[in-house]
Amino acid sequence: MELTSPTELAKEKVLTVQDYFMFCLQAVGNLFRKPLYVADMALQADTIGVGSLPIVVLTGFFTGAVLALQTSNTLERFGSITLVGQLVSTSMVRELGPVLTSLMVAGRNSSGMASELGSMVVTEQIDAMRALGTDPMKKLVTPRVVATVFMLFFLAIISDLVGLVGGLAISKLLLGLDARQYWSNAWQILVFQDIFMGLIKPVIFGFIIATVGCFYGMNARGGTQGVGRATTQAMVAASVLILAVDLIVTRLLMATLSYR
Amino acid sequence: MAFGDNEVLRGISFHLPRGETKAIFGVAGSGKSLILKLALGLIRPDSGRIIVLGEDVTQMQENQLFELRGKIGMVFQESALFDSLSVRENVAFRLMEEHGVYDDDIDRRVREVLRFVELEHTLDLDPGELSGGMRRRVAIARALITHPELLLYDSPTGGLDPVTSNTIIELIVKQRDVYKTSALLVTHRLQDAFTMASHQFDQKANRMVHLPKGQHCDVPMSFLILRDGKVIFDGGVEQLVQTQDEYIREYIS
Repeated sequence: MELTSPTELAKEKVLTVQDYFMFCLQAVGNLFRKPLYVADMALQADTIGVGSLPIVVLTGFFTGAVLALQTSNTLERFGSITLVGQLVSTSMVRELGPVLTSLMVAGRNSSGMASELGSMVVTEQIDAMRALGTDPMKKLVTPRVVATVFMLFFLAIISDLVGLVGGLAISKLLLGLDARQYWSNAWQILVFQDIFMGLIKPVIFGFIIATVGCFYGMNARGGTQGVGRATTQAMVAASVLILAVDLIVTRLLMATLSYR
Repeated sequence: MAFGDNEVLRGISFHLPRGETKAIFGVAGSGKSLILKLALGLIRPDSGRIIVLGEDVTQMQENQLFELRGKIGMVFQESALFDSLSVRENVAFRLMEEHGVYDDDIDRRVREVLRFVELEHTLDLDPGELSGGMRRRVAIARALITHPELLLYDSPTGGLDPVTSNTIIELIVKQRDVYKTSALLVTHRLQDAFTMASHQFDQKANRMVHLPKGQHCDVPMSFLILRDGKVIFDGGVEQLVQTQDEYIREYIS
């Protein structure tokens, strides 16, 4: 196996990052240039948003449930079992709802976009589109980016709510807590900063999911093997980027929003 | 034009007069398909100029090329039909992009061009439901719908059986003789080009007929042969048959 020199590897990575940023700029810039493919955006919103609903609901529910279960043990030792609702609420809204939802959607849609667009590249459909006078970035990429950002916002909200329901199920059925107490604790602990953090993250992550998936798809080369590689790389890159950006965004928001 | 250290085309220069059909030959990897993509501005050459319909495509930005491409029709090697769209939507693609709505006029034009390629009955089928030859014909219909001034065919009979290949060539000859459109045809099958040079489309009989010996088709036809990235022959069928170049004689034998 031929080894690549560290310099060449570094250059390659920097070039990829540069290309990715140019790709993102173009995807966003297309929103201000005609034509706008609104019908394609609606179609993608259905595929990405409505299509991801079952997995988001399941993820949210079980995450909330296991959170309640795991933390109940520790809370009970301090005589604070009634705080389960608060813990599930803040954890889901601030962090787990947006992040886990985004990871699930990345696995489903980022890889899907990469494979769909990659297949189009290797079968010359992208070239055909350009030959027919249509900009593939405007027709294929921008609608996916807009749809993912838009729908992930609502998917995160649904995930948070279903997560709280999961926590409630465990609290009531296994821990014997009062449902009204659970809900009022869950509701009262939330402040504007929590909601803001929980809603800004899906917007950012949605952008990452779509742009990474489309970037790897549009740059797929080398036939079916290349498409397979692009699909895997898109999913891995999107997931890692979501986790890394989550840390940065959380820290930034905590500093700027005067968190207690 | 090179990809890394691999120089595919070098010093290529030729002229396609309006109304003429030029067949481009060469072994696999000689850069035939690349010439078509360069002509369409899908790829930029490392050096040189390419003038298409009076415009230098090497100096144009992508958004400027879209307008020029409206006058050019291209048939890709594997048809390149859009999998997620039906035959109707594939053929109407360019018109839909221009007009936004699939109206009666677009429907009429789609049916007309599909009738030309004898596939009107496949309107609502998906590309996956078509045979290779049918997909190729739909791709031709998609390229023809806007009555382009220049047609680019990339191995239109590649991978097809002899009978289906003949059907495709008959369609190309029909397009050539009825509409007199300029065309670049990339192929590795010599028999396709010789068939085109020795046959003409009879509109009354609605089929391709063999021309009498010594007679050539009304539409001028020329041949371009590539070897090692260079042009080694550019001329008519008579010059090709009479050439003394050993490689060319072996190629056409």
